[in-house]
Amino acid sequence: MQVTALEGGFGNAPIDSAHAFRGVMNAMARPGTIHDLAGATPPAPLSVAAGVVLLTLCDPDTPVFLAPSRDTQALRDWITFHTGAPFSGPDQAVFAVGAWDELPLTSFPIGTSQYPDRSTTLIVELPALDNTGATLRGPGIAESAQLSLPDLAPLQGNATLFPLGLDFMFTCQSRLAALPRTTKVS
Amino acid sequence: MNMMIDPNTDRKAWMGLLAKACAADLARYWERFGAMPDHVLLRAPEIGGVMVRGRAGAVGAAFNLGEMTVTRCSVKLADGAVGHAYVQGRDKDKALQAALIDALMQTAAAPQIEARILAPLRDTIAAVKATRAAKAAATKVEFFTMMRGED
Repeated sequence: MQVTALEGGFGNAPIDSAHAFRGVMNAMARPGTIHDLAGATPPAPLSVAAGVVLLTLCDPDTPVFLAPSRDTQALRDWITFHTGAPFSGPDQAVFAVGAWDELPLTSFPIGTSQYPDRSTTLIVELPALDNTGATLRGPGIAESAQLSLPDLAPLQGNATLFPLGLDFMFTCQSRLAALPRTTKVS
Repeated sequence: MNMMIDPNTDRKAWMGLLAKACAADLARYWERFGAMPDHVLLRAPEIGGVMVRGRAGAVGAAFNLGEMTVTRCSVKLADGAVGHAYVQGRDKDKALQAALIDALMQTAAAPQIEARILAPLRDTIAAVKATRAAKAAATKVEFFTMMRGED
């Protein structure tokens, strides 16, 4: 195992992961707001924000799906050393990481009516993330919010599945925004 | 016949020794050694549990013997050597010292560490083991039969 796989974790895990968790929680609670995450430096090509989210939320019970562009040995070693999370295909994944084009949206579990929480949370790596573009409405948004989403139709379709559906986190370098299944996009 | 030689035999031996060593002994020898090398914590000492498994008579199917508390730690020295430690108990200082010793054993300081920390630890453990074995031996009861009445 390369030394790079061992480095880049939280310096002070309890404190750093608590800060990161609060950032993720606020991003989910207020869709469209952009939050800065810090504390971890994952190996390229993973962004800092995506790495922090994985370190904060993953453990040996949460299979992770890595899309082809993020599926490197260095990243696998890094996730294994720091979280112990196993790797899986999209049909078993609790978390999925990758660029928008390469995530097979129809292959991920969307939960069941008894257990709507048994769905995948997608961490989508974007080249740019800012408050322009698509309009978001729904719980957690006062009037409306704007976010530079990669596409509209799949996200509109996802919202109609409620209470089932996928949850999305969009990351770009150290910035994070989220789009839960409750948010209507237009 | 499998003639593979495990390249990690030595490292396994000293990591096993450090895992089982008494925390107070290790702290004393480490203090006497004196040098605190520059290092960064890859994984700060953290306490957890592992399931210990065993095989009756070292054969047959493995069964779960019980859980035990372990503390683990990983460090990297300034020269790049990486040390890991999984030690029994909840003593974080012991885990850190064990990880540092594991890292130092991969550097030029290895003979010194071996002579001033590992060898005394090994002797201490052997002495404790011998004392306990002697105490147990003293309670041994020899049964013998005067006459078996067979003939």
